[in-house]
Amino acid sequence: MAQKALIQKPNLFLAFVQQQGALLAFVALLIFGALRYEGFFAVYNFAELLRYNSMFGLVALGMTFVIMTGGIDLSVGSVAALTSVLAAQLSPHGLWIALFLPVLAGMVLGFVNGLLIAKLKILPFIATLAALLAARGLAFLAANNQSVSVATDTGFTDFGQGNILGVPTPALLMFAAFLIGVLVLRFSSFGRHVLAIGGNEEASRLMGLSVDQIKIGVYTLSGALAGLAGVILASEFGAGQPTEGSGWELAAIASVVVGGTLLTGGKGSVGTTLVGVLLLGLIFNVLNFENGYGLISLSSYWQSVIRGGFLLVVVILQTRLTKGQKI
Amino acid sequence: MARASSREGFGQKYGALLALAALIVFNMIFTRYFLNLQTLYVNFTQVATIVIVATGMTLVIATGGIDLSVGSLMAISGALAPMLFLNESLPPILGVALAFVLPVLTAGAFGLFNGFLITRYAIQPIIATLVLFIAGRGIAQVVTNGNLTTFSNMTFQFIGRGRPLGLPFQVLLMFALVALIAWVIRATIFGRYVLAIGGNEAAAKLSGVPVSRVKLAVYGISGLLSGLAGLIVIAINSSSDANQVGLNMELDAIAAVAVGGTALTGGKVNVFGTLIGALIIQLIRYTLLAKGVPDAVALIVKAVIIILAVYSQRVRQS
Amino acid sequence: MRSELLLEMRDITKTFPGVRALTNASLRVGSGEVHALIGQNGAGKSTLIKILTGAYRRDSGSVVFAGASVDFRSPQAAQIGGVSTIYQEVNLVLYRSVAENIFMGREPKRFGLIDWKRMNQEAKVLLERFNIFIDVTQPLGSYNIAIQQMTAIARAVSVKAKLVVMDEPTSSLDDAEVEVLFDVIRQLKASGVSVIFVSHRLDELYAVCDFVTIMRDGQTVLESPIKDIGKLELVAKMLNRDLSDVQSSGQTGFTARTRNASDGALRLEASDLQRGRALRGVSLSIHEGEIVGLAGLLGSGRTETARALFGADQLSSGQVAFDGRQKQFKTPGDAIQAGIGLCSEDRKLEGIIPYLSVRENLTLALLPQLAKNGVVDRARQAEIVNRFITRMGIKTAGADQPIRELSGGNQQKVLLARWMCLNPKLLILDEPTRGVDVGAKAEIQSLIQELAMDGLSVLMISSELEELFEGSDRVVVLRDGQSVATLTHDQISQESIMQAMAHGATINAGTGVNLESAL
Repeated sequence: MAQKALIQKPNLFLAFVQQQGALLAFVALLIFGALRYEGFFAVYNFAELLRYNSMFGLVALGMTFVIMTGGIDLSVGSVAALTSVLAAQLSPHGLWIALFLPVLAGMVLGFVNGLLIAKLKILPFIATLAALLAARGLAFLAANNQSVSVATDTGFTDFGQGNILGVPTPALLMFAAFLIGVLVLRFSSFGRHVLAIGGNEEASRLMGLSVDQIKIGVYTLSGALAGLAGVILASEFGAGQPTEGSGWELAAIASVVVGGTLLTGGKGSVGTTLVGVLLLGLIFNVLNFENGYGLISLSSYWQSVIRGGFLLVVVILQTRLTKGQKI
Repeated sequence: MARASSREGFGQKYGALLALAALIVFNMIFTRYFLNLQTLYVNFTQVATIVIVATGMTLVIATGGIDLSVGSLMAISGALAPMLFLNESLPPILGVALAFVLPVLTAGAFGLFNGFLITRYAIQPIIATLVLFIAGRGIAQVVTNGNLTTFSNMTFQFIGRGRPLGLPFQVLLMFALVALIAWVIRATIFGRYVLAIGGNEAAAKLSGVPVSRVKLAVYGISGLLSGLAGLIVIAINSSSDANQVGLNMELDAIAAVAVGGTALTGGKVNVFGTLIGALIIQLIRYTLLAKGVPDAVALIVKAVIIILAVYSQRVRQS
Repeated sequence: MRSELLLEMRDITKTFPGVRALTNASLRVGSGEVHALIGQNGAGKSTLIKILTGAYRRDSGSVVFAGASVDFRSPQAAQIGGVSTIYQEVNLVLYRSVAENIFMGREPKRFGLIDWKRMNQEAKVLLERFNIFIDVTQPLGSYNIAIQQMTAIARAVSVKAKLVVMDEPTSSLDDAEVEVLFDVIRQLKASGVSVIFVSHRLDELYAVCDFVTIMRDGQTVLESPIKDIGKLELVAKMLNRDLSDVQSSGQTGFTARTRNASDGALRLEASDLQRGRALRGVSLSIHEGEIVGLAGLLGSGRTETARALFGADQLSSGQVAFDGRQKQFKTPGDAIQAGIGLCSEDRKLEGIIPYLSVRENLTLALLPQLAKNGVVDRARQAEIVNRFITRMGIKTAGADQPIRELSGGNQQKVLLARWMCLNPKLLILDEPTRGVDVGAKAEIQSLIQELAMDGLSVLMISSELEELFEGSDRVVVLRDGQSVATLTHDQISQESIMQAMAHGATINAGTGVNLESAL
């Protein structure tokens, strides 16, 4: 078999669209919204948009690292549900306890995912599917099948509902996490090795990278970030909700793909995942405004149809754009 | 059932059978009223829809794919059927007849759509079927506006409540379908092609196997069977709720396939194993329920079973 | 004369389930020495190397490296210990940059962060030492195989390896690239690094190696300074033949035959096949009952030609006439219907369906003819399968046995039978005897000949000159995706084939160019 240049230099225009397509769409949608709706281009709207989407952003950040190794984590939604319950139950003990212990719980679940995948060599989607079930079960058990309200007198709700310098606290946290994520991917061995493993696992092993540890690392990271998202959920909405979070994994995967990270691993970017998250959030924001405008009326059920259609378009675009570049 | 893997196939089937036998013995000793016809019927009726969907899933997985959209397709067919048999402008018989046919065909068409994405655009099956997993239930909800429809139409509900010869209809249907698919795998050219594609797609292609057509068919069949299962569920419940019908079915079906000994990487298949796998999962749920263990724990137990089944499969393969 | 020993492997024994791969094998390499390790497929070279580099663990024996007894548990441990390996298929990460690939796992850091500037600079300097001037920030995959291999070597050098193992590094390089590689090897040697060089190309061994170790049947049969041993003697040792045998012929299962099969009716004629960069003008013709050899280096377009003829890949231009009619096969299915079969090069990836039985594998392409209304006629299937198991001498516990449990040679026979049972008019065989033991090899070769005698046309791709030389009625030589020579009758010799592969000749396929005049 001839194996000349395996990755041909891609068409520059296509490459730009692939890398920055999400950003272009985001800007276009912003302009559209600003021109069309009153109150769209307002601080309040954007603040609430960011606050709500910070949960998805954190989950998508973890998912980005997982997907870059060539894996997938389906358990993020139920892990968040579980930690939202735990956070609510711990909220009488103050913010810090209600923040750290649930995140730790998320980490432990992610760590178990990583062990199953790296050590027992179970396919990522099966292992995390099982974790999805188990975390959901644990959430129902812990919550006794009902939503758990949080203590309002310990400052726990300020975390999700408050602002720092006018920016919603969860959004700040998300931006900080993404900034760290960008730096980790670019400037740490861990980040580079994540990409190497997704690019060629066997070669990475031969180059002496600790493949198993890195895999365990990304799933632990994903679990921790999902755990954090759960804490924000409880704090923002004032309740731990064992039924919440279903479909989050899909929203996260969609954001990652929209951001241009290859689903097969080995190539991707953290920053564009954030754009993907915000783009998805903005689409629903615009739909809400459109509904308020009164011309069309879309029930909330349309959301999942649109989300599915969006994922479809993006995935098809990605396969078209990366054609001829695949190994 | 593939004769090809007779030795391992036997070993795997044996393992699952042993687990099933152990569960039955356990219940015979520790669960009151376990050994009576009513209990048997309850368990079989509950497992029938899982088995029907899992049979289609078995075919999909045998080609090396996966179908996450089955639950959503059940919801779509469950949403469409009442619109037909409750439609006053149609003669009742025609309404019911259409209600049996159109929703199933619609689900089958959505299944073909999955297959189209996978073969035409070379999208990974898990992502391609994720699209309808999300959008499919949304479509069902939009169609029904999210409302619950209750009904009482014994002609239609025969599919979930009928008892020809005293046996639940859907249980007979389940056995018939399992036997049919097992026969298809064993005796037909289509069955060989399914196994060949799952075993080595490149080699199959070079041997003239019409890979795309076979894959389309497999996802189409999975869609048809999901549609059928959707009808059974609403017939049993005397109501259709797009939010609930088929929820988490993809997990149950995949679990049944995995526990039954079909390789999740494709190329090896055990249709009767899927039946046994589904029975094991059902019996565990029943046992836990009978012992007063909450539903939540059943979820965790299911997770553990999936991991154990897949892990033991991997160990046996290496 | 010989410097002190860097590596001494003694009495190495390794057994795999059912097979004894190594029996008391040994290997000694001096420091700053380039050491050739040769032997036929299955002689135990790779096993020995894999034990050295930690990919396998030995059953018994000792390894002393740089004065200490070692037992590397993984390639990683071997690398840390000073043994780096350059693999046949480049084992690097194509999406990552050249610089990253060199420093992966030991990235230079500043304040705990990767120091990209320094990394790129050092990578650039390293490669410039080898006279390679490229942008090291580009993805490795955007460069050709030679650059990728140099990157791998640069990586080995930068980890301060004392011993670099090169497993057939030249198999995909052209002459100029090989020269660059040899320069690099000489530089390594000059700086005191030892090299174990595995190759099947004798000229290369003599060009660059100091010592040679020959292996056969899991044992070390000779160790000698390379200048003390002649090429023929080397080959004789490798094959366990007398010198006279090597000089004559009979290394394959092909018997000398009168080469006049080209007189039959024209079966297939392909002219000016083009497909991207892989095929840039391939023309060839095959007659009834003729065996046409297709020669060329790796990457010259042999496999691509086969796939294009078979409809597995689409041509961008060119014409194919089959039995006198213009054909454009869109899928393998079309080609199969027309009476063509393709036995592909990579048995594992493109041939066998591992978990399926011998029966199902054998009849896979025949199924449409065996089925009535979609149901397979089991009785007819069994009859055909049994007939071919007997005819081809396939050693199997029964038609029900999964094919992956068979030996390589028997798997290959099943795959041949997959096509033979279709009664094809033309069989395209891509490396039909690769990875097959000697006995099965001869059987397969004589079978091919027998089939051709019965009128089957065969297009045989092979990297083994003997096979082409002794088996073919004509040989078409490819170079860089073009057919550069067609050798007929007494023009065919190992020498002439190699000449054409290496240097090419005028393009004039189908007419039988006189090579000497073309050169």
